[in-house]
Order: sequence, then structure tokens, then C-alpha cells
Amino acid sequence: MIAHAIFFYIFSLIAIISAIMVTVSKNTVHSVFFLILDFISISCLFIMIGAEFLGMIMLIVYVGAVAVLFLFVVMMLNVAQQKNQWLLSEDSSGHIPVGLIISALIFFELIIVIGGWKYKPNLLESTNQNLSIGLSNTHSLGQILYTDYIHIFQISGMILLIAMIGAIVLTFRQREGVKKQSYIKQISRERSEGVEVVDVTSNKGVKIDD
Amino acid sequence: MTEIGLGHYLTLGAVIFTIGIVGIFLNRKNIIVILMSIELILLAVNINLVSFSIYLQDLTGQVFTLFILTVAAAEAAIGLAIIVVYYRNSGTIRVEEIDKLKG
Repeated sequence: MIAHAIFFYIFSLIAIISAIMVTVSKNTVHSVFFLILDFISISCLFIMIGAEFLGMIMLIVYVGAVAVLFLFVVMMLNVAQQKNQWLLSEDSSGHIPVGLIISALIFFELIIVIGGWKYKPNLLESTNQNLSIGLSNTHSLGQILYTDYIHIFQISGMILLIAMIGAIVLTFRQREGVKKQSYIKQISRERSEGVEVVDVTSNKGVKIDD
Repeated sequence: MTEIGLGHYLTLGAVIFTIGIVGIFLNRKNIIVILMSIELILLAVNINLVSFSIYLQDLTGQVFTLFILTVAAAEAAIGLAIIVVYYRNSGTIRVEEIDKLKG
């Protein structure tokens, strides 16, 4: 139990510090790296409390896909050196204290909700209890994901498809003035339009492309 | 202190959520960092859902975390595509210079 507590504090401390560094770091590339560190430590927490499948999926999806996508965009757009200095900006108007006050209010509301909250007594009996059958986490998750939630699962697949199409359509650009091969034109070329037999009179040559 | 319960995980979720909110409110330079803050907020929501799911021995929270993960990935892809298009059109993605709508 004490090891559990020690690992919880280590991972959550790393997660919180790297989340702070995501927002305050001056270099955008460093922000992306701290975001990766944050995701890794949170997925370690997930694995620690028994949600192994979600921890691994978070590693694959966030670290393997989303963070790399962020890195690509940051490097492509050449904004890595763009300063992110909201603490030091000279034209900082009154938005910093207002934002801090609102954030602190949100945080205290959340803490009040967490601290002063009681379950109703029969809450544990009213749930489905479908975690404790003796199967592994992945097995039981798959058993209800493909039966009870199959429609939502397919809809999420549709969401991914639409996002992919949308990203392609948004960033697709038809360039002007680029010469491309057209196989249809090449194959359907006839002899009559490609070759011409001309009579060349001597000492005058032939005039091409008139 | 050594007994890690639901409250600890919920507090961690609240802290990360608040950091994401701060990142959205106080950032004035770089819109990519705002997208990363949105990812942090979704991560905090995932922490809450997973910890409740483990505590209540009910897998529904983890299923919903999976769907939130899907939507977050789609949102990141679309948002970054929009940022790329905007940068191509106007040459900047600084937050204070994005004022085409004059809001």
C-alpha cells in the first residue's frame, strides 16, 4: 500500500509539473515534449490503478499519434522560436489577473465538490459490477465494448473517418503551373495527331509549329 | 496520507484541468499551445472517468474514456489542419493577430 502511495505521488507530481511546463514554456517544441511526458505519466497512473488497456491505448494514441502530429505541425510552421512569454509581455493588459482569478475560482469549486461529497449508501450495489468477473481488463472491456456499445463504437469510427477526410480536404492544395503526367492523354494519343508527314523542299527547310 | 483513494485521483484531475484552463486564458502568443491545453483538459476528464470506473467497479467509465480519446484525436487532427491552412493564408498564428472576425 505504501508503494502504491509513493508511486502515485511520483507520477502525479511529474504530471502536474509537466502540465505547468506545457503552458509556461517559451519554446513550443519544449511544450510538446512536456505534453508527451504528461501523457506518459498519466498512463502509468492508469496502469497502476488497474486500467491497463486504457493506459496502453493512451500511450499509443496520444504519444504515438497526437503528440507526433503536434511536433510535425510545430516544425512545419516555423513557430518554434516564436516566444510564448505571456508572463513577460509588455503589452499585457488586464487579462492575466482576471484569468488567474477565474481559474482559481474554478479550481476551488472543483475542490469543494470533491471534498464535501458523499455517496448515496447503496451506490455500489446499484452499479453493474461487471469489472469483477475474474477476467482481465482488456477482456472485459472488449466484452462490453462490442456488445452493449457497438453503435457508439461504430459512430466513433465514423467520427475518425470524417476527421481524416476533413483534414485532407482542409489542407489539400491544387498547385498552379505544375506539369503533371496524364496517362489518359498519353495512351489515347493517335498517330494522326502526333506525327505529320511534310514535304521538305530543298534549300528552304521546314516550318514547325505554325 | 498513505491510503490513496478516489479523492486523490479526483484532486489530480482537478489540478490538471485548472492548469489547462490557465493555459487557455493566459496564452496570448501561440495558438498551438492552446490546442495542447485543450488536450490537457480532456486528459483531466479521462482521469476522473477512469478513477470513478475503478472505484465503482463499473466498466462504463472506461468505455467512455475510450470514446473521449477518439474524439480528442479527431479534434487535434482537425484543429491542426485548420491552423496549417490559416498559417498558409495569413502567415501568422499569433493569437493577438488572429482578428479577422473583428470580435
